[in-house]
Amino acid sequence: MAELIAAHGITKVFPGVRALDNVDFVLQPGEVHALVGENGAGKSTLIKILMGAYRRDEGTLQIKGREIREFNPQAAQAAGMAAVYQDISLARSLSVGENFYLGRMPTTKWGTIDWTGANARCGDLLKDLGLDIDPRVPLKSLPVAKQEMVAIAKPVFEGADILVFDEPTALLTNEETEILFSIIRRLKSEGKGIIYISHRMEEIFAISDRVTVLKDGRHVKTLPVADTDADELVRLMVGRSMADMYTIKRATPGTTALRVEGLTREPRFRDINFDVRHGEIFGLFGLIGSGRTETIRAIFGADPIDSGKVYLHGKPTRFGHPSDAIAAGIGFMSEDRKNQSIALPLSVRTNINLANYPAISRFGIVDQAAEREAARSCIERLQIKTPSDEVRIRNLSGGNQQKVVIGKNLTTKARILVCDEPTIGVDVGAKGEIYKVFESLTHDGVAILMVSSYLPEIMGLADRILVLYEGRQMGIVSRDEFDEERLIRLASGLQA
Amino acid sequence: MADKVATTEPSGLAGIRRINIGTSATLMVIVVILFVFLSMTSPVFLTGANLSNLLRQTSINGIIALGMLMVIITAGIDLSVGAVVAIAGIVNALMLQAGVPMLVSIPLTIVIGAIIGMFNGFLVFEVRITPFIASLGTLTIVRGLVMIISGARMVANLPVEFGRIASAELLGIPSMFIVWMVLFVLTAFLLSYTQIGRNFFIIGSSTEVARLSGIRLRPNIYAVYGLCSAYAALAGILLSARLSMGVPTAGISYELDAIAAVVIGGGSLFGAAGSAFGAVLGAIIMQTIRNGGNLLGVDPFALEVIIGALILIAVGVDQIRVRRAERG
Repeated sequence: MAELIAAHGITKVFPGVRALDNVDFVLQPGEVHALVGENGAGKSTLIKILMGAYRRDEGTLQIKGREIREFNPQAAQAAGMAAVYQDISLARSLSVGENFYLGRMPTTKWGTIDWTGANARCGDLLKDLGLDIDPRVPLKSLPVAKQEMVAIAKPVFEGADILVFDEPTALLTNEETEILFSIIRRLKSEGKGIIYISHRMEEIFAISDRVTVLKDGRHVKTLPVADTDADELVRLMVGRSMADMYTIKRATPGTTALRVEGLTREPRFRDINFDVRHGEIFGLFGLIGSGRTETIRAIFGADPIDSGKVYLHGKPTRFGHPSDAIAAGIGFMSEDRKNQSIALPLSVRTNINLANYPAISRFGIVDQAAEREAARSCIERLQIKTPSDEVRIRNLSGGNQQKVVIGKNLTTKARILVCDEPTIGVDVGAKGEIYKVFESLTHDGVAILMVSSYLPEIMGLADRILVLYEGRQMGIVSRDEFDEERLIRLASGLQA
Repeated sequence: MADKVATTEPSGLAGIRRINIGTSATLMVIVVILFVFLSMTSPVFLTGANLSNLLRQTSINGIIALGMLMVIITAGIDLSVGAVVAIAGIVNALMLQAGVPMLVSIPLTIVIGAIIGMFNGFLVFEVRITPFIASLGTLTIVRGLVMIISGARMVANLPVEFGRIASAELLGIPSMFIVWMVLFVLTAFLLSYTQIGRNFFIIGSSTEVARLSGIRLRPNIYAVYGLCSAYAALAGILLSARLSMGVPTAGISYELDAIAAVVIGGGSLFGAAGSAFGAVLGAIIMQTIRNGGNLLGVDPFALEVIIGALILIAVGVDQIRVRRAERG
């Protein structure tokens, strides 16, 4: 059988940037083909061209042996192509079944919608895929991980034979990741082709047959995964090996900055106890639903708590509102950058100063010079790539946006930095820079409380790791006892 | 491609000034074209009497638009301003009739306006009713109250000095226009140079971002709706001074004119965009077309069609412009 996708010499130019430069990509039937590269390497542009969302400037494209000249999303869908993106693009208020049929509900002979038949067929498929989901419930009533599974099951239901999974596991638990992999293996055995995009090396090696590396819009290499390893891939992606990235110079921890005793917020988490010292990176590890985000939000005063105590420099404190925490020298970085950390339509300057206005205002009037100076010094110190501080932050890359978020906390001179997945959606290069900033902060005596679900990162950076499982504290592991297997066992509710 | 730093136009507070030079420049050109066209086609347009009439009428809508602008920047909306215009006119007139001196009745009426606004703030913040519905409810309640208080009758026979507020001129400029310009400068200053102005923009981007950045939503939401209604109350007082009486049906659909002025001036109902200068130009354009249309004898119903079309064109063109800029 012919190749499912044969793209050659694909070039796409946006004003001022060559997003793709002469890229080749071939997808065979029965193949899982991983696509890796830093953010900005051109992965999404390539996918959008293959799916008909963007028009290519140069190059040839064949889908199932047919030469494609003009392409659009409808034609792609008709050709049996489907993509599952990270942000679930389904109708959240509709039922699971309706989402499967979206706009094409089957009808009875009376012309009314055949609910029984539709739900039965959806239910059969879900069961068949090993998913315990009732097709009649509204999508939004399901946990996010289950919603993602619905999004993954939909193209299977539609019988698509070229499937793109873009970071599908970001929201999934281990169990669901396993289900996803079994779905992918099954599609593969049916001769379908899968393009798999992920930042997680383990997954790429677990599931894919070949991998294509993109860098700066260019095709670096396509090779069978059996012939390579994670280190080589990272080297191809960034030109530097992975091990160096997490190596930071450790600071000597000083006095206790923050202590938490018996912190409880039912049903999210209960009886959490730990302390973070100045100059220390204290990690909080857990799977989705473990209550990691809820715990740090409560400490920061963003959510209420039922009981428990927070001590700041030994003194009992309670933050009723994030503004109390900020005034006490605590900074916060949310995992949901776009919705919680930055004001997308506003300028870089404003975003750097988001939490700083009370400090640089007198009688309610903002000191414009101080505002500009804060932005300037942040951009310089963190090497934020932006044409000027007046640019809207939405025009910056994820990595630079995240640096602005760090900058926002530098401006307020936070002595304790609480951060949730600080490198989420950030490319490898910017990741390294963020780790460097954390290193220099700890040497300045800043205490960092960091949630991360990415083991290499948290094991590389943290001095101690507290593991959460379903809101329960499973233990605190110190650096000399770090062991991947042990952490995963704890995070899965097993004793180490 | 979102991953690259695009060299797009700046915006947001610092940048907003510059983006609005784009929008404002377009609007100023429209104003000039309107003025040139109308002075050529109508002998009356450029007369002192007509211009001062135009300025007076625009001032009232323009003041309301400035208040509406602030609410819209926070991604809210206030449909109750027209009703506030009416209640302010009536309440103030009743006080004047009862012999309360102007210097007491006017500030008191503005405070009443602010309280109505804070009621909107209460509904939006504490009860979490969407601003559209909250202010729609307030609109209906206030309209009913106006009728009850006034017995559905106009309140006339006001002191002569009160009417003079509207007719007074300084160097030939109507006092109402001066009031409007003072509010314009204050609003522009508040939006660009004060902490609360920053807060409005940040809240308009995302309330969660604002909260996690340490901004307390409650005082800001109360303040913005309170200010908006206070502006509307002042406009209501000026309107009744101009008519020399309190009219219970005054201000009907003024909220729509104010919203139109704001969006023509570059404001966005999604929040975090807009400028005081833009809102002023938006109000001038709306009123000039109405005034010119009347002078040229255009069918008033046809005029409404034209104004409606203008709103859509202005906002549509701006949307396309912004989208182009965003694509880089």
